[in-house]
Amino acid sequence: MTSSAETHGARPVWMRAGFASRADRAEATVSDVSPIPSLEALAEEFKGYDRGERTEMLIDYADRFVEVPPEVASRPFPETHRAPRCESDAFIWAVDQPDGSLKFHFAVENPQGLSAKAWAVIVDETMSGRPLEEIAGTSGEAIFRIFGSDLSMGKGQGLLGMLDLVQHEAKKRLAARRGAG
Amino acid sequence: MPQTMPDIESRGYVHHEVLVSTDWVAAHLADTNVRIIESNEDALLYPSGHIPGAVEVDWASDLNDPVRRDYLASAGFSQLMARSGVKRDTMVVFYGDKNNWWACYAFWIFQLFGHTNAKVMDGGRLKWEKEGRPLARDVPSYPTTRYQAPERDDQKIRVFRDQVLEHMTAGRPMVDVRSPQEYSGERTHMPEYPQEGVLRGGHIPGARSVPWARAANPEDGTFKTADELRAIYQQEQGLKPTDDVVTYCRIGERSSLTWFVLTYLLGYSKVRNYDGSWTEWGNSVGLPIEK
Repeated sequence: MTSSAETHGARPVWMRAGFASRADRAEATVSDVSPIPSLEALAEEFKGYDRGERTEMLIDYADRFVEVPPEVASRPFPETHRAPRCESDAFIWAVDQPDGSLKFHFAVENPQGLSAKAWAVIVDETMSGRPLEEIAGTSGEAIFRIFGSDLSMGKGQGLLGMLDLVQHEAKKRLAARRGAG
Repeated sequence: MPQTMPDIESRGYVHHEVLVSTDWVAAHLADTNVRIIESNEDALLYPSGHIPGAVEVDWASDLNDPVRRDYLASAGFSQLMARSGVKRDTMVVFYGDKNNWWACYAFWIFQLFGHTNAKVMDGGRLKWEKEGRPLARDVPSYPTTRYQAPERDDQKIRVFRDQVLEHMTAGRPMVDVRSPQEYSGERTHMPEYPQEGVLRGGHIPGARSVPWARAANPEDGTFKTADELRAIYQQEQGLKPTDDVVTYCRIGERSSLTWFVLTYLLGYSKVRNYDGSWTEWGNSVGLPIEK
């Protein structure tokens, strides 16, 4: 089935980043991507999509979800990594990188939590490797531009909860840096 | 083609006929008198794959009035049914994610319009997927029907804020089906972030806490047996089938599953769903809460 998003007039972020396909973009390491697309850029891209294109894009993201590797975490996942208010039981880990940035990993225990999986991939692709200040200052409003304004309150709260935990990890490290300084 | 469902019938429900099995649905995919309807919380699920021939009813865009905080009216429901190829006597079979809570929500709203030829597929989407049954991505199209819905009946199975206040004052039973953390008013968010959606945490005074998910088997989404359900709602919580019961959650979706369980599986005679639920009660001026 042809993804309507593939034929959309706007150039997707992965294409602008120089990748031939989304799969190539997914397999790339953070350092391969220059620049890493920001969440804001992606949200702007989604603004141009109609409902069908938006859905296709989000399913495409969800299809590329990869669970947290065992060297980072294994079941049972500690509750301290659980995203608040997320009814799809999302868990999040932030791994410090040599350059001071973070690599985010996710688990989504609800097998039908497609939106949570899509959002996890988006967060990873737009926030892993980004400056901590940018992550900490990200507005949750981007979620509604990406998923659409008709996103249910419960789903919106869950995705915001995932972002909350990601931002909490960034803020924690920024605070530690300030303390060390 | 399976006409009987011994597994469901053996569970002792008062109205077992309101459930159909995945086998039954698989055998009726081409039945023109049956319309399979998927209703989910996650808007990505149906387009990612659904039971072949199933139409989608979206709880937000299809069932709610776009302006008023209310459900669609008779004309809107008639249009929805017409474009879904549903006639007044078509059997509608609901299924969905989250152990069918959204399916039960759609089922409940259909009952407000008296579409009583309605079933729920036991186990919902989870069971269908786990059994490796086929999913399709093409959206089916059915000939438009002429459907004349009656006026929505908000008296029998729906209840409003002031009625709930009277109900509470009279000490009649209420079931809060939210999570224990929501029931207790415990803050579940991280401390530096504001709670959104509701001003106060807690529950309606006197309400019992029975999280909705206790009615379903988590491994396959099927409903627990009647004995298991009675153990929860009757032995543990002290409800009786003759009680006048109000169920609520945050916006009335999770509680519609409990409404379904009490009404059909256990045969309670008067159960009403408070769809204003905690988003209304917790934000209303002058209403008491309990933590």
